[in-house]
Amino acid sequence: MQVLYFSWVRERIGVPREEVQTNAVTVADLVSELREREERYNVAFADVSALRVALDQELVDFDAPLFGVNEVAFFPPMTGG
Amino acid sequence: MIRVQSMPFDSGGELNTFSSSVAGVGAIVSFTGVVRDVEGGLSNMIIEHYPGMTEKALEAIRSEAMQRWDLADILIVHRTGLLEAHESIMMVATASKHRKDAFEAAEFLMDYLKSRAPFWKKEITLDGADWVASKSEDEDALSRW
Repeated sequence: MQVLYFSWVRERIGVPREEVQTNAVTVADLVSELREREERYNVAFADVSALRVALDQELVDFDAPLFGVNEVAFFPPMTGG
Repeated sequence: MIRVQSMPFDSGGELNTFSSSVAGVGAIVSFTGVVRDVEGGLSNMIIEHYPGMTEKALEAIRSEAMQRWDLADILIVHRTGLLEAHESIMMVATASKHRKDAFEAAEFLMDYLKSRAPFWKKEITLDGADWVASKSEDEDALSRW
């Protein structure tokens, strides 16, 4: 699946998007997998309460299932307007 | 009408065009957010967004407002990319038969745009660049709707 990062999450991880092969069942599982990969992920995902996640461009909670999802996006709370 | 653009826009001109496009209305309310200047120097702003999700989120917010209030139309314009101090960041306008609907819907649109549309602001001043942090009152503001 495609994983996208925005704002300071993108800056900490160092790429705006990447293809990730995973068997993670939920968003939280995917986060744990990524954190184990490399320190930059570990740093970016250190406090998930400071993050939001969207699956196929819809905001969801971190316990949401990834089945059938093409695009996961991680970002801090939005600051539009 | 919803527009997301990197080009600057003239909120006065946008408002005139919007006003003349709606019929049978007695009230038009508009809000424009601008890049503020800070003491000791002008600030610039970079606005990042999530193309695709941004348009979907704005359309959902617009459609919710159209259902909840008696409105003839809604205008939302939001910029992305690099902005300079005093430039308009975004605007909303609402047109209704009634003042109360126009005012309330405009406030609703602003509250939802702030924390449900995927935009992120980075402020650049002489001291450096920093992502604007969201405030807990922004999230709390949604609960009144």
